[in-house]
Amino acid sequence: MASTTFKIWRGERGQGAFTDYATEVTEGMVVLDAVHQIQASEAGDLAVRWNCKAGKCGSCSAEINGRPKLMCMTRMDELPAGEAVTIEPMRAFPHVRDLVTDVSWNYEVKKKIKKFTPRPPDAPDGTWRMAQADVDRVQEFRKCIECYLCQDVCHVLRDHHKHDEFIGPRFLVYAAALEMHPLDTEDRLRDLKDNHSIGYCNITKCCTSACPEHITITDNAIIPLKERVVDEFYDPVVKLVRLLRGKK
Amino acid sequence: MADFERVEHDVLVIGAGGAGLRAAIAAAATGVRVGLVCKSLLGKAHTVMAEGGAAAAMGNVDDRDSWRVHFADTMRGGQYMNNWRMAELHAQEAPDRIRELEAWGAVFDRTPDGRILQRNFGGHRYPRLAHVGDRTGLEMIRTLQDHAIHQGIDVHMEVTVIQLLQDGERVVGAMAYDRERGRFRLFSSGAVVLATGGIGRAFDITSNSWEYTGDGHSLAYHAGADLIDMEFVQFHPTGMVWPPSVRGILVTEGVRGEGGVLRNSEGKRFMFDDIPENYRSQTADNEEEGWRYTQGDKSARRPPELLTRDHVARCIQREVREGRGSPHGGVYLDIAWIKERLPKAAEHIKKKLPSMYHQFMQLANIDITTTPMEVGPTTHYIMGGIRVDGDSQMTSVPGLFAAGECAAGLHGANRLGGNSLSDLLVFGKRAGEYAAQFAREQPAPRVEAGAAEAAAASALAPFERDGSPEAPYAIQHELQRMMQDLVGIVRQEGEMQQALDRLAALSERAQHAGVHGNREYNPGWHTALDLRHLLTVSEAITLAALERKESRGGHFRDDYPDKDAAYATFNIVVRRGADGTMQLERRPIPPMPDDLQAIIEEQKS
Repeated sequence: MASTTFKIWRGERGQGAFTDYATEVTEGMVVLDAVHQIQASEAGDLAVRWNCKAGKCGSCSAEINGRPKLMCMTRMDELPAGEAVTIEPMRAFPHVRDLVTDVSWNYEVKKKIKKFTPRPPDAPDGTWRMAQADVDRVQEFRKCIECYLCQDVCHVLRDHHKHDEFIGPRFLVYAAALEMHPLDTEDRLRDLKDNHSIGYCNITKCCTSACPEHITITDNAIIPLKERVVDEFYDPVVKLVRLLRGKK
Repeated sequence: MADFERVEHDVLVIGAGGAGLRAAIAAAATGVRVGLVCKSLLGKAHTVMAEGGAAAAMGNVDDRDSWRVHFADTMRGGQYMNNWRMAELHAQEAPDRIRELEAWGAVFDRTPDGRILQRNFGGHRYPRLAHVGDRTGLEMIRTLQDHAIHQGIDVHMEVTVIQLLQDGERVVGAMAYDRERGRFRLFSSGAVVLATGGIGRAFDITSNSWEYTGDGHSLAYHAGADLIDMEFVQFHPTGMVWPPSVRGILVTEGVRGEGGVLRNSEGKRFMFDDIPENYRSQTADNEEEGWRYTQGDKSARRPPELLTRDHVARCIQREVREGRGSPHGGVYLDIAWIKERLPKAAEHIKKKLPSMYHQFMQLANIDITTTPMEVGPTTHYIMGGIRVDGDSQMTSVPGLFAAGECAAGLHGANRLGGNSLSDLLVFGKRAGEYAAQFAREQPAPRVEAGAAEAAAASALAPFERDGSPEAPYAIQHELQRMMQDLVGIVRQEGEMQQALDRLAALSERAQHAGVHGNREYNPGWHTALDLRHLLTVSEAITLAALERKESRGGHFRDDYPDKDAAYATFNIVVRRGADGTMQLERRPIPPMPDDLQAIIEEQKS
């Protein structure tokens, strides 16, 4: 097969530019293969984060031709033939080097969400009983590989830089998995409203379309959480009762 | 002189997959200060790729199961080369370790009565693998990670250890660098737990990620610890073979557990042709019985596709070599055929094997609900590793502990699928607890800066080569191809002797390899440093494989194709000699206590 041009973002700490590389593309190749080929032949210090190369670890997130993708799961033959391919780091996080970004903010956010707190065991041997039908929904959320592509495309983070206030789709999914876990007894609704700013999400569904695990982030996780928050804090009947009784 | 930051912990855990996370949690629970070093980001370690499940005799699906059956299965699968104490503890403690995950938020697939569902797997007599579809490893690592972040553990992400530091014999810390800035970090700690995983990147075709460069094996060896069973490398029978860029990616054994069958180019289920004597009484002798087994019929015996991995891999190799392979050098793994037996088979397959469905759809344009997959053996796991005490997981060096894949003993000559995830939990916990105890009881560690400075200087040497030195990538690729060709799934004396010569030449080249750029997130530099570990483990594997002049478990020799009873009595130890060269020793396997021997006998029928 023919040689293809790759325009790869090179630089450090936000400063950088596209550098052109040409490399051979063979049958079945994915974008990460091309990056590795370039690394082995002419750019030994080209920084890229990757691990499993099988779409399971969520390390190699990048923007390929401007689209949020895992490099290991993006086949060359799904990109326009004969055209240069651009590869950039995720733009919603601080840049480290070349294709690598600092995603440590995500790890800090997760710690702020109240941890799983199960009800007492159902059986004397310390085990629980849950029906498959009751865990299907949570299992969908637990497919998340933490690639943070949903965070990367979320305009609240990417364009408005609300990292200090808003936890982003990944952690709304995480909170939903905890809130909808049949065994969990913790209440995270006030946190979601006051500290995690779930209200900032205006349901543009960019996160859902970016998810490589095809988790229906907006419909199955965020909207039900928003509804729970509304039921808890903005129910007009409850509000009226509270008003009449003179309570806040 | 290189600058470095000093960090102190009571227990330092190196590696943050299942074993490392479990060890860190266990150590932290005793109240000591714990540091957890991850070569990558937290939650990305190789455990995340495990698919099939975690073996534990909970008996939720078949109440005939018990720890005794699990123990006997593990020993039979390991060809009795196992550390029987570890096999005993593992079988006894695995159920509690799985239930503990549920208490920490794991959501396993369920039985109709709401308990943890268990599935069939190769070499396990009863359905025993707790699982979540085919993404069990992700569920496990995420559960441990999400629990660990609330335990006060200091996590060092994207930090790589280059050398252990010792006070006399005792390990008292480690020298490391961080990927982002390339700065050195000197850890001092009362005890160190190695949980670094395996060595798959020493081979060309592997299911393992880039991190799997035998760091723990090599760090321990250079600190004077014993390695054992290094000749026992597991080649998983079913890796993808096409297209080339995905060659080696794992296809879970769960496909066969759900009724998938292996066929050659003539359409024949060749596994029925070669059933080893010691498994004959447990194996179906016709296709109908095999199918009934996969569908939960307790009176049926398992199909030969679910024989142990070493055996299935060699049968596939034989079919390919004798010209009955698929177009790209594998055989066919067919799950689509179950539509002849089940209504809504396509939906069933997508529900039970979702990541396999997506993996083939996305990477190979193959719909596994309609089309057979092409598969072939891929380097998957090393049974051998650091020799540890079965109870405490301490190595032969004081203060140094090991757990998970980098430790040896539980699996003997061949690991059963599903026994790795439970291994991580059982022995990760034990290693963490005993390491914490050791750290509390021993005097505070004394770390001399001299050794740390020498380690840093040696690590920086690749930047200082004059002229235009060779880059490390080519050396690594050559090493991988060489090991695949000469010390791979079928071995023989002459080729392995040749491998030793080639290793010496590669080591020489590696010593002169150079890198460009600076120390910040520089993969060329990281590759140069990983290469040292790869060369050490490759030599250990080759020497041990030369020493074992028989075929057993994961170790197959063309020139000695049969098992030899004389080799059943010892493990092969590799350790560093006083002159710095690798020395071998045959270490007798201690006799098994009568009660365990009785279990083996009672389970033979």
